[in-house]
Amino acid sequence: MPDTRPDPEALLAEARRIGRGRLKIFLGAAPGVGKTFAMLAAAARRAGAGDRVLIGVVETHGRAETEAMVRGLTVLPRRPFFHAGRILHELDVDALIAARPDLALIDELAHSNLSGSRHDKRWQDVEDVLAAGIDVYTTLNVQHVETLNDTVARITNVRVRETVPDRVLEQADEIELIDLPPDELLERLRAGKVYVQDQAARAVANFFAKGNLTALRELAMRTAADRIDAQLQEHMAAHAIAGPWPTQERILVILPEGAVGRDAVRIAKRSADRARVEWLAVALTSLNGPGDPAPDALRLAERLGADVTLLQAEGDPTAEILAFAQRRNVRRIVLPRPTPRPWGRLVPNAQDRLLRGLLRHAVQFELTLVTDQEATRQRRRPPRPAMAPSVRGAAIVCGAVLATTLVARLIEPLFPVVSLPLLYMTTVVAIGSRMGRWPAVLAAGFSFLVYNFLFTSPYYTFRIWNRGQLLTLVLFLAASILTGNLAARLRERVIAQRAIADRTGKLYDFSRKAAAAASFDEVVWAAVTHVAAVLGCRTILLVPEGDRLAIAGAFPPEDRLGPRELSAARWCFDHGEPAGHGSGTLPAADWLFLPLTAAERRIGALGIAFDDGRSARASDRRLLDALTDQVALALERIRLSDDLAQTRVTSEAERLRSALLSSVSHDLRTPLVSILGAAEGLEEPSLTEDTRTALLSIVREEGERLDRYIQNLLDMTRLGHGALKPNAVPSDLRELAGMARHRLRRSLKDRPIDVGVPADMAPVQVDPVLMEQVLVNLLDNAAKYAGPGVAIRIGARVSGARATLWVEDDGPGLPPGSAQQVFDMFWRAGQGDGRGTGAGLGLAICRGIVEAHGGTIRACATHPDGHGARIEMTLPLTNPETAA
Amino acid sequence: MSARILVVEDDAPIRRFLRVALEAEGHAVTEADTAREGIARAAREDPDLILLDLGLPDADGLTVLRAVREWTQTPVLILSVRDADAGKIAALDAGAQDYVTKPFSTGELLARLRGLLRDRTRPVAPAVLTLDGLEIDRTDHRATLEGRDLRLTRKEFDLLWLLASHAGRLVTQDMILKAIWGPAHAEDSQYLRVYIRQLRVKLGDDAGNPRWIFTEPGVGYRLAPGT
Repeated sequence: MPDTRPDPEALLAEARRIGRGRLKIFLGAAPGVGKTFAMLAAAARRAGAGDRVLIGVVETHGRAETEAMVRGLTVLPRRPFFHAGRILHELDVDALIAARPDLALIDELAHSNLSGSRHDKRWQDVEDVLAAGIDVYTTLNVQHVETLNDTVARITNVRVRETVPDRVLEQADEIELIDLPPDELLERLRAGKVYVQDQAARAVANFFAKGNLTALRELAMRTAADRIDAQLQEHMAAHAIAGPWPTQERILVILPEGAVGRDAVRIAKRSADRARVEWLAVALTSLNGPGDPAPDALRLAERLGADVTLLQAEGDPTAEILAFAQRRNVRRIVLPRPTPRPWGRLVPNAQDRLLRGLLRHAVQFELTLVTDQEATRQRRRPPRPAMAPSVRGAAIVCGAVLATTLVARLIEPLFPVVSLPLLYMTTVVAIGSRMGRWPAVLAAGFSFLVYNFLFTSPYYTFRIWNRGQLLTLVLFLAASILTGNLAARLRERVIAQRAIADRTGKLYDFSRKAAAAASFDEVVWAAVTHVAAVLGCRTILLVPEGDRLAIAGAFPPEDRLGPRELSAARWCFDHGEPAGHGSGTLPAADWLFLPLTAAERRIGALGIAFDDGRSARASDRRLLDALTDQVALALERIRLSDDLAQTRVTSEAERLRSALLSSVSHDLRTPLVSILGAAEGLEEPSLTEDTRTALLSIVREEGERLDRYIQNLLDMTRLGHGALKPNAVPSDLRELAGMARHRLRRSLKDRPIDVGVPADMAPVQVDPVLMEQVLVNLLDNAAKYAGPGVAIRIGARVSGARATLWVEDDGPGLPPGSAQQVFDMFWRAGQGDGRGTGAGLGLAICRGIVEAHGGTIRACATHPDGHGARIEMTLPLTNPETAA
Repeated sequence: MSARILVVEDDAPIRRFLRVALEAEGHAVTEADTAREGIARAAREDPDLILLDLGLPDADGLTVLRAVREWTQTPVLILSVRDADAGKIAALDAGAQDYVTKPFSTGELLARLRGLLRDRTRPVAPAVLTLDGLEIDRTDHRATLEGRDLRLTRKEFDLLWLLASHAGRLVTQDMILKAIWGPAHAEDSQYLRVYIRQLRVKLGDDAGNPRWIFTEPGVGYRLAPGT
């Protein structure tokens, strides 16, 4: 047993203690574990090695083995004290120091000295001895450690008054843990080998409970382990004890009967992990309870590494739980929040009572309530479906009626006989509302007979003499059947509504998941997991890939299907009807396949299979039908949007090319046709002056149109190549508007135009030539589409670092929904040869130019009611390129 | 007012159209379809005005302009396409008097020609210019519009005089700045914008619907009463 460790820190500490004796503490969890014996054994080894060992004080408590050990060593006579008329002996510190042994044995470090001693406490004596350069071996029980005192009191309900400051432990050069498994200690206790102090003796039964001993043992181990003593670790390893762990912060999760509790288990596990503490689970059972105590949660707790205990409790388990928690040194208790029930406040069930009990009594624990998601869902489950006529149901009905009869018999002397039918009717209504129509009718009939037999004269026959009583009875029967029926119908409606609500909820859950899914695979995954969760089955989804069906996803994951299942899936997909297990087609397959069809298009097949090989219930099938519809729609939606995106990318270039071709053939040719026709007409010799002028103006106007078109095409090409670099200079927008208007003066000649650009507006950094082109295009467009004589307004204002410039009219406005499209190349309002003359490039060019300036352009309505077209641009007041 | 006009243009239909239009106005027209021939004819025939296309098959129209400017101040009118803004401005800087953008109307071309040919017939500017109700008297620096004194500052008057003495013709920013503010201020176009705006106010001219001063975006100004 090495006394020193090659630890630099320890060496340093030793250097500090030169001239001071070494302290070794034999630490135990409880009296009787063998500390004194171990101390004596160690001392004997030192004596054998030649050291002078002196026993200052050792309590042998009359134990033979211990006394045998003492005999081989020198014992210092104790100093007598006269106390309360008796002679008591205490350690003679002065004599001990004067004797200057190499090692002194001083038992019971926590001992309190009698008054008149050198110190109040023995640990103070020990300090003196150490200071004199004498090594000391001493013993200590863990409950005497000052900071552990509270913990121990909580565990054992016994508070010890004698404590040793932690500092003493910290200064000990060595701590040896004397470990004895609780069972062995109890064995020794029974054999009378453990001496118990008076004060402890009173609580001996409490103190030496196995749970207490276990907790104390852990506490002792932890205290020792805190010293990171290699020797201790060796010991612990040898005894296969896990640790070190703090014993003060255990977490206990309680799983009451009938609760789901899985979330509570998870929360407890998480908290335990975070705090790096051990956690326990207690499952409550009772003899006449619903049986298994939250079996899933229990299994989960076991799997997650909890120390699981079954606690069988009759009546109120609160006390049992608290006792257990105290024994196992629990600081925090986690339990599932009782599911809220109607009348739960007035008529608490076992869970409610447990919670109340804990709230009232578990004052020294932290309580954590966990709302169970599963329980909340389960609560929505509809009540049991209407009971089919069964022996059990009939028995319950008969029992209820007989119980009512008993009550009726008891109150008969107190109330008039005529009030008794009401009692029966109440029972009938209760049965109707709880069990449905047929039990209610049965109850009514049975009640009628019983009442007739017992309460109408002649008694104990089914005959009736009194006409009034006959009427009462007949009315009673009719009223019972009627009210029983009503109650039953009400109940059916509630069941139906809950079923609908439940189904809607499940469908809504899925559509929410599917809506969040961004890809085909995500929708598939959402579908299979959802169906699997809702029906509690295995789920697989197949989609066509080439000419075969491939597995797109499955839950739990599955990557192959048998040939029977595949052919069932194939048949289902090809015919659009269910196939496989439980259906009319290929029922030998393990899976049932349902077609996924959306918008007349087969998308795939959804397969389900139950682990126990059963078929889907009718109610499952209804839900399943709705779910498959939703899955199909979700898949179709995602596929369409994928297709759309794909098509959009590939066809953009194609679309532009064909648009350009049609534009060239139409817009280039139409003016040429007019020009050629007019030119031919001019060659005619017999032309009046008016016709000639008209023809000439056609030539000129069509020529101008052709010029504009070609210019636009050229501009567009330059913009498309990014070759357009605005040569931005400070420009006056009003001037530009004026010039644009001037350029179009011929086509704008009869049209009111209002240039509302402020004359004193700050100049804007733009390329004046390009910007004038923008304004020309916008004015031209407005003139073309606003209708003859409609006013056009050009306006501008400065806001912050940007200028806003707009051109608007009061015409019919943009076609609905075209605010974005108008800026597309070759887009024109109206189709064919109608109003839309022009190449559909004007606004595309405007956008190109504005964006080249670092600005934005948008189209909107002039007026809130949607009429009038307005093109609005924002431009930076200073162009970033020129500013830089 | 007939003049001898040289048309340097490679496109035959345009040359034919120009010949028809110009001869109808009473001008004498000679044609050249390459830069080389254009320079040669300009030297040999000493025309009163040259119509110069910038895009020629053998060389840039600018080459012709620079060659011609080595020996004569004959007015040059540039025929440009709109895409060639840079070339147009370079030509104005190199000494061309004005430009028209193809396609142009006959009326527009003839108006420009008249503006340029006026200088030829009236080489020395008179002391008083009268334009459509606007009277500018150089001797006492006074300008009146419809008899109303415009009360111009010195610089405003100089600007108006410059524009008016080139009435109907393009006056580039560069030219105005050098003439009024001096060569050192050739880049200070913001002066010019401010003065143009003041002049407009005094003339009662609206930039948004101009009657007197027309802006050639990025190039300069043109005083064109009654256009």
